[in-house]
Amino acid sequence: MLEIKNLHVKVDKQEILRGVHLKVSAGEVHSIMGPNGSGKSTLALVLAGRETYEITAGEVIYEGKNLLQMAPEERACEGVFLAFQYPVEVPGVNNIYFLKAALNAIRKHHGLDELDAMDFLPLVKEKMKLLGMDDQLQNRAVNEGFSGGEKKRNEIFQMAVLEPRLAILDETDSGLDIDALKIVANGVNALRSPQRAIIVVTHYQRLLNYVVPDFVHVMVDGRILKSGGKELALELEEKGYARLEAESQAVTSPRT
Amino acid sequence: MIARTQAQDSYLESFAQFDKGAAKNGQGWLSPIRRAAIACFAELGFPTTHDEDWRFTNVGPIAQISFRLLQDGGNELTPLDLEQFSSSGFACSRFVFVNGRYVPGLSSPPQLPGDLKVNSLAHALTADRDSLEQHLARYADYQHDAFCALNTAFMEDGAFVCIPPGAVLQEPIYLLYVSTAGAVPTIVHPRNLILAGNNSQATVVEEYVSLGADVHFSNVVTEVVVGENSVLTHYLIERESTQAFKVSTLRTQQGRSSNVASHSLLLGGALVRNNVHPVLAGEGSDCLINGLFMATGQQHMDNYMKVEHASPHCNSRQFYNGILDGKSRGVFHGRIIVHKDAQKTDAKQTNKNLLLSDEAQIDTKPQLEIHADDVKCTHGATIGQIDEDAVFYLRSRGIAEASALDLLLFAFASENFQRMKAEPIRSYLQELVKQWLSRGKLLEEAR
Repeated sequence: MLEIKNLHVKVDKQEILRGVHLKVSAGEVHSIMGPNGSGKSTLALVLAGRETYEITAGEVIYEGKNLLQMAPEERACEGVFLAFQYPVEVPGVNNIYFLKAALNAIRKHHGLDELDAMDFLPLVKEKMKLLGMDDQLQNRAVNEGFSGGEKKRNEIFQMAVLEPRLAILDETDSGLDIDALKIVANGVNALRSPQRAIIVVTHYQRLLNYVVPDFVHVMVDGRILKSGGKELALELEEKGYARLEAESQAVTSPRT
Repeated sequence: MIARTQAQDSYLESFAQFDKGAAKNGQGWLSPIRRAAIACFAELGFPTTHDEDWRFTNVGPIAQISFRLLQDGGNELTPLDLEQFSSSGFACSRFVFVNGRYVPGLSSPPQLPGDLKVNSLAHALTADRDSLEQHLARYADYQHDAFCALNTAFMEDGAFVCIPPGAVLQEPIYLLYVSTAGAVPTIVHPRNLILAGNNSQATVVEEYVSLGADVHFSNVVTEVVVGENSVLTHYLIERESTQAFKVSTLRTQQGRSSNVASHSLLLGGALVRNNVHPVLAGEGSDCLINGLFMATGQQHMDNYMKVEHASPHCNSRQFYNGILDGKSRGVFHGRIIVHKDAQKTDAKQTNKNLLLSDEAQIDTKPQLEIHADDVKCTHGATIGQIDEDAVFYLRSRGIAEASALDLLLFAFASENFQRMKAEPIRSYLQELVKQWLSRGKLLEEAR
């Protein structure tokens, strides 16, 4: 479904991603772990189409298409979804109105009839229940005045409604208490299917107790340094990133 | 300089003729006011950018054109010509003015309740002389404002609205002003007088539109006298052609415990000056000044607020939002004057602006003159661009870039809509803003 080949990305002349390789097939859950500043979020945002990043080399093939040439909205319509690490507040735009517009844009892209409020509201109610969301959130502006936990939950709620094929969760677990974490994990697991792939970007191993990955990748210094099964996450939790970072230093230092 | 005096001379000549004609119409009692006003204009001349109140707006283009005074016209128009403007979508009594003249044939048959009076000013000048003598030209400051002086000198017709004490009007009074310019640039001076009796409640809408795209100049003055404990909501909708010059002055005089809301939506015009001048004359009165201006191309929109607190315990709230695209230029000049006796004044002013292009420009200037010692006055202004993070967020959910921009702009404008109560008019204004935001079709589809 997704193949990232030798991806190099710069921001303000500084190289953040320095040759990322990753292959994700339908039905798989991958976790990308790594210390702060290793490039995890950059990778997530580049996949979603954030234009502030300069791609200097490499390619990303999604469902046989060149993902990097697609506009963000086109990627979304083709089934790519990013749950933001820091969801943006959009004052004045109603949360449900926004979601309906998004869903209809995607449906239209696939030649489906647009949903009217009558069809849309039951769907919203069902998904809100799944995420244990307060009914009041549907009357508020997108993320405006939401607590950190509410924002994260809102991301997963949007994902549940939009039903993407490739979901990328960028530190969706950060800052959640255990109850919220379970709810979010529940929402993610509900989406798991042989047709879908999920990439869970996280700093901590905790979420992976609930969303059990098929593959774990460790990202350090803009590269995937190590890949393995779910046991790699436990190993990291035990030993910390420090040792891997030291290994990375050893790899890169001879050049300087 | 020579051009300016020539322009002034043409107004003075034009007035000499006008004055002769007016004397025959039984409007002789007005002559002293008209003559005083033209004398003020002769003295004042057109303002320049050296004048502090006009620092950001050059009226040179107005001063240099010799406009022809339109005294009649519109008789050839049929309701069909106005069909494009009849989409207002709210129930109301509609009164149509063509080139400043009331045209009963184009107005919807007014089903006016009780003692409510809505008429042409021309008719009222003779029929309601007592009310008019007491109020007309008593508030709008023609002594210091050249455009107001011109309007006062040439005032002839417009709307006269008299709301009886205790009356509560369910439907808005809708005044539509149509300009039909021709080959020669024309000028009209619509003059409105609104008298709201004690304990009354009403909504008055003034909308200005153009037929065709010729150069014309609408120089409007509206005086509003609001009685004790009454509630008046006023809407100004400016959507004349981008060849139109427009100076409008709304001057309200508020009685004790009265409540006035002034809502403005500026979309049209080449050069627009929007003066809003409420005087909180009665104790415990309240006013809300809520405006949205959206300019593009070469449009210039100048909003000049002058909020005068003349009595204790009055509140005023100013909220103006501007969206500027292309090479347009916006001005917000917010003056708050607190008189010596106006203790416990609570005045607030906020101006927010969005610049959508590198060449768009906004000048924003608060000006507080406080002569009392126990007052609360705050002001704030922001100038920003569209939030790129928010655009990306919306796009990442599948919403096309143009629609995402529209959604965000509409959200910005919604701050103004939220301050409007009357639902049908609010929807109408929202509709006009959506039309302006024609870049994406999302807003219509999502309705």
